[in-house]
This record gives sequence, C-alpha cells and structure tokens, in this order.
Amino acid sequence: MEKILDIKDLHVSFTTYGGEVQAVRGVNLDLHKGETLAIVGESGCGKSVTANSIMKLIPSPPGKITQGSIHFKDQDLTKMSNKDIRKIRGVDISMIFQDPMTALNPTLTVGDQLTEGLKQHKKISSHDANEQAIEMLNLVGIPNPKERMKQHPHQFSGGMRQRIVIAMALICEPELLIADEPTTALDVTIQAQILQLFNKIQEQTGVSIILITHDLGVVAKIADRIAVMYAGKVIEVGTRREIFYNPQHPYTQGLLNSVPRLDQRGDELIPINGTPPDLFSPPKGCPFTARCPKAMEVCENVYPVHTKLSETQEVDCWLQDERAKKYIAT
Amino acid sequence: MIKYIVKRFFLMILTIFIIATLTFFLMNAIPGSPFNEEKTSNAVVQENLEKHFNLDKPLPVQYVLYLKSIVTFDFGPSIKQPTETVNSLLGRGFPISAELGIWTILVALISGITLGVVAALRHNKLIDYTAMTIAVLGISIPNFVLATLVIQVIAVDLKLLPAATWNSPQHMILPIIALATGPMAIIARLTRSSMLETLTQDYIKTARAKGLSPFKIVVKHALRNALMPVVTILGTLLAGILTGTFVIEKIFAIPGMGKYFVQGINQRDYPVIMGTTVFYSTFLVLMLFLVDIMYGVLDPRIKLHKKGGE
Repeated sequence: MEKILDIKDLHVSFTTYGGEVQAVRGVNLDLHKGETLAIVGESGCGKSVTANSIMKLIPSPPGKITQGSIHFKDQDLTKMSNKDIRKIRGVDISMIFQDPMTALNPTLTVGDQLTEGLKQHKKISSHDANEQAIEMLNLVGIPNPKERMKQHPHQFSGGMRQRIVIAMALICEPELLIADEPTTALDVTIQAQILQLFNKIQEQTGVSIILITHDLGVVAKIADRIAVMYAGKVIEVGTRREIFYNPQHPYTQGLLNSVPRLDQRGDELIPINGTPPDLFSPPKGCPFTARCPKAMEVCENVYPVHTKLSETQEVDCWLQDERAKKYIAT
Repeated sequence: MIKYIVKRFFLMILTIFIIATLTFFLMNAIPGSPFNEEKTSNAVVQENLEKHFNLDKPLPVQYVLYLKSIVTFDFGPSIKQPTETVNSLLGRGFPISAELGIWTILVALISGITLGVVAALRHNKLIDYTAMTIAVLGISIPNFVLATLVIQVIAVDLKLLPAATWNSPQHMILPIIALATGPMAIIARLTRSSMLETLTQDYIKTARAKGLSPFKIVVKHALRNALMPVVTILGTLLAGILTGTFVIEKIFAIPGMGKYFVQGINQRDYPVIMGTTVFYSTFLVLMLFLVDIMYGVLDPRIKLHKKGGE
C-alpha cells in the first residue's frame, strides 16, 4: 500500500514562563492510503499536538516544531512556508475538531462556511459550490440540505453540527482527514452515528483518517491500526487486533484493564495509579516507570529499545529484551 | 420583528414623555425667570411679557400646554430672541451638530477598530504597545484640553488649519480630532480585547484549517464576532459625543445646537430648553433603538422578536 504520511522523529515544544514543555518527544508514525489510524492516550500525552503539527496549526509562538520531519506524499510539511501550507490545508489534509458547538462560526450561514473553502482553493462558481455543498450535506445525512444551507449553526443540534463540520472537512476531497476527538463532545447515541458516518465516508471516498481519541470504544469500532502515546512518545503501535488481544506495553495493558467490559461483570475496574510525568523535565528512561507494575532498574535510566514484534506491531519496552525475560522468570 | 418595533416605539414614547416631564419640573424648580436680568423693564411690561408666554398661568396648565407643544412639534418662539422660534433655532443648529457628530463617529469607529485589530494581531509586540499607549492617552485627556492643544499647535503655531468657526471642510478637521480621540481610544481598547478573545475561538482554528488567508480569517470570521461589545457601547458613545459637542462647539465657535442648549439654560429661556431637551432625547432614544437592531444584524443568534432561545 502507498504511504501517504510519514512522521519521523517529531519533536514539538512550547515555551512558557515556567520553561520549555516538551509536548512531543520523537514521534514516529506512518499512514497508508485508505487506512484509519487511531492515536490513543490520556490527556496531555501529546496526541493533539502531534495532529495539529501535521497541519502546522500549533500556535506559534509559543509552540514550535524543534526537530523531525512530516512527509506528506513527497513534501516535507515542516519545511513549507505558511503560504504553501495554506494550499494544503483543507484541500489535501482536512481537520475536524473536538467540539462542534464551537467549531462553527455563529455569525455565518452554514452554506457560507461550507463553500468558502471550495471557493478559496478551486476556481469554481458560486452556483457550483452550492451544488457541491448540498451534495456533501446529503452524504453526511442532513435532511433538507437546500433549506439548511441558509441557516445558522445555532439552528442545528450538536450531532448535526458535527455532521456539518465533517462535510466541511470533506468538501475539497482531501486525501487525509485528521479527526481530533470528533465524538468526545457528543452523547453516546450520536457518537455511534458519527462513527458509522466515518466508515461510510471512507468506503465512498477512500480517505485516510487519523483519529485522535481517549475513548477505546471508538477505537475498537473503526481503527485499522492503533498508536498508543504516552508522555510525548508513541510507546506501542499495532493493528487493532494486536493492541486489543496482545498488548505488550504495560501501559497499553493498563489502559485496556481500566475500561469497563460487559463480559466481566462484577469485577472492579483497575485504574493505572499515579500521574504522567512532568514534561518540563521528562525522565531519562521510560516515562512510565513510576507507574509501571513491572518496572526494573534499567527502565528508570535508559529509554527502552524499539522492538519490532511483528510486521505491524512495535513496542518500546525493556520487557521485550532477552535479559528481562530471564529476570521475570526467576 | 414588526411586533418588536411597535413595542419599542411605544416604549420610546414613554421614555421621551418621562424625560420631558422631568425636564419641565426641574426647569421650573430653578430659581429665577427669563426676565430677571432685564432690570430696565417695569412691572407692567414684565407682567405683559409673562402673559404673552403663558408664564402667568398655574404650573399644571403650563405643563399641559408644554405637552401639547411636544406633540405638535411646535415649541413656539424663543423668549430671549424674539425674532426666532425654537424650531428655527433647531433647524439651523442641528444640521451643523449632526455633521460634526457623524464625522466624529465615523472617524472614531474606523480608526478605533483598525487600531484595535492591529494591536490584537500583533499582541505584545511594539505595535500593540504603541496603539495601547495612544489609547490610554486618548481616554485620559479630556476633549477640551485636546481641543486647545490642537488649536495652539496646528492652527496657531504651524498655521496649517483654521482655528475656529465652521465654513469649509478644513474647519471641520480640528474639532473632529478633538472630539473623536476619546471615543476612538475606547473603541480601540474594546476591539483589541474582544478580538484577542475571538481569535482563540475554535471556529477561527476551523477557518485556519480550511486554508483561508489570514486577512479573510480576520475580516470575515473574527471581526464580526469581535464587534459585538463595540456595538454595545456605541449607543452610549453617541450620547457622549452629542453632549461633548457643547464644549467643543463653544471652543471652536461652531454654531451648532450645543450653544442654544447652554444659552437656553443660562437665560431661563424655557421654550428653548424644552425644545432642545426633547429633541436630544428623541434622537438619543432612536440611536439606542438602532443599536439594538444592529445586534440582530451582526449576530443571528439574537432574535429581537422572540423571548428566550430557540
């Protein structure tokens, strides 16, 4: 399969009064055409920052990509000028944000917001743009699109607004869609509808999706591959099957244990104790050491080696080392 | 919408009625009469004069006559300037005051909003600090101080513009500067803070993610939302500019309405006081009404004819 996105050793930091926060510390990720990659992790692990860096949407200052590259097809996005990146935004790569209640401009009509991207990037008449917008609203399942185009965002419910946001992101037929917690702000029944919509859209348009979420339920539904992030690093990546049935990193295992399951009634949930490390001064070794039930001495001082377990599953953990296996056995 | 306008119309009439009533009784509570200063006139002449202007009648009768004059918009002749009616004074003075006022508001709005937006976009940079220093100065310096200052520097020292009177466009520049600086500063500060807030909103990020140009993002997406607080104070600012013109018109010897207002009070020229007050309050109430209409135009979420939300 064709690789459309390749992130190599990405470092992003934010300069604050308290010092430099290293939000992303060497992320490697790739994405194939037509694939859905989910990035999961708890709040502050750098998943949103990674996503925003792809489109260069991190506020700068204080944010800055300090190292690494993001290759989209043949271009390195990190080296592009603001003017050039604007030609990519919305056309080749689109983004959907978390809260549909605030993602739409309250003073402009839905139609206006839908078509402005088209008009900006493609030489297209107002009439054609409107036609295309109506078609798009149809696709995302908004009834009476023609009348709805003239309405303002406050006349729509939360789920409908998220559909509009999705329509807006897809209208220029992008190759990559980045969805930053697209269902977090919606209630559960609407979540399911929106996830189905993602599936449907992917089937119809073949768009690649990066899905950022902390909701493992969402991930189980639509992700092909899953990347688990912790303290600014990707600590484990694999197919959905591998991550759910054969998680190797203690953090991934902890995450899965802390999710309520229908088939294990009555059992208590097992939380991961402690808090993530302070990213003002990230630890030398594995950042999960302090919370890890299987931590060894080496974990604290040296960052684990990157181990390839299968064609698709990779993990950063000392437990994969030959010597550790002996140590656990004894 | 029509229902709302009708409702507002009756409320406006009520407001004007209350202002008119208060003015009438306050005016009569001030000691003295229009004829106090005329020491030469004897008692008989004074009595006849009072009779002529209905001042000999009991207060409630005068009040009814006065209300009648408001309804018919005929305030009768001025007491101190027998050749003039109040209507002719207003007719002559108001266009000049209005011209000054409208230019002032335009200048204040355009320069204030521009200054505010530029400051917000260059937040915490030199331009921001410069703009805000200008704004603080503009708010702190009273307009009559600024007026005398510009007359001294620009008209007297540099001889660039005429110092006073109201004959040509050049004559308008100095009074407009003096009058517009304060409101401009207030608008600039408001625009800046409101713009800074708007720029952090999610829909601005959405617009950026669409690949729109920074100019389009600011003008189309941010400005309209950021202008709401500016519209809110616009009604009060208009009032400020209209009353401010009394002083400025005096300093620049502009034959506007302000002169008649102040003169009328000083000379106890009852018809003039009543006429100008009712005229000003009507104008002001209308402006506030327009501001409320503007809300609905700027922000579609505000529906004027409905109570509550959707």
